[in-house]
Amino acid sequence: MRINLSSVYVDDQDKALRFYTGVLGFVKKTEIPLGEARWLTVVSPEDPEGTELLLEPDGHPATKPFKEALVADGVPLTSFAVDDVEKEHERLRELGVIFTQAPLTMGGVTTAVFDDTCGNLIQIASQ
Amino acid sequence: MGDVFKALADPTRRKILDELKERDGQTLFEMCGRLASKYQLGSSRQAISQHFDVLEAAGLVESRRQGRYKFHHLNTAPLESIARRWLTEPEQHP
Repeated sequence: MRINLSSVYVDDQDKALRFYTGVLGFVKKTEIPLGEARWLTVVSPEDPEGTELLLEPDGHPATKPFKEALVADGVPLTSFAVDDVEKEHERLRELGVIFTQAPLTMGGVTTAVFDDTCGNLIQIASQ
Repeated sequence: MGDVFKALADPTRRKILDELKERDGQTLFEMCGRLASKYQLGSSRQAISQHFDVLEAAGLVESRRQGRYKFHHLNTAPLESIARRWLTEPEQHP
């Protein structure tokens, strides 16, 4: 068994694709029309055959209150690995990304948390 | 207004104030991470949230909603009134 896919619930797939590719730097892997929505995944350009991230529409009535409650308390939905959190924090801030937690080093791990503009907070971490 | 002394009596709440002193304006998530990794405090998120409520009632912490996020800020004003009460010289009192 292995993890080949993870998902984030996004409020708008087009906006999500723009943010996850144009700002974060992922690349689109698959786009399959499925009724109103699409099966839309991105991958890291550093690992194109690696784990895919599914940009899943948040249409289910349970997802919105779930997302809002997490965001209010600053809880990230998921975490991505970066080489240097400080550098990435600076790069993303210059692109207008809002951080709810500036870089913080604890026990050898540095993390920061930002808003993905699609209703989620995302953590970046370097070890 | 809650009791400042009661709020300060709890060691976890004092650590929360220490951490806000180090960086003001934290989410609940950041505070829970700090307490867990720096002090090995295994308190639940709900417990920390309740500690924030007590500190807020005593005026030592103010929460601020910015858009969809909630940040916590340190307010030392209640401590200044303690200092004024006991640390100022008698002749300074009218």
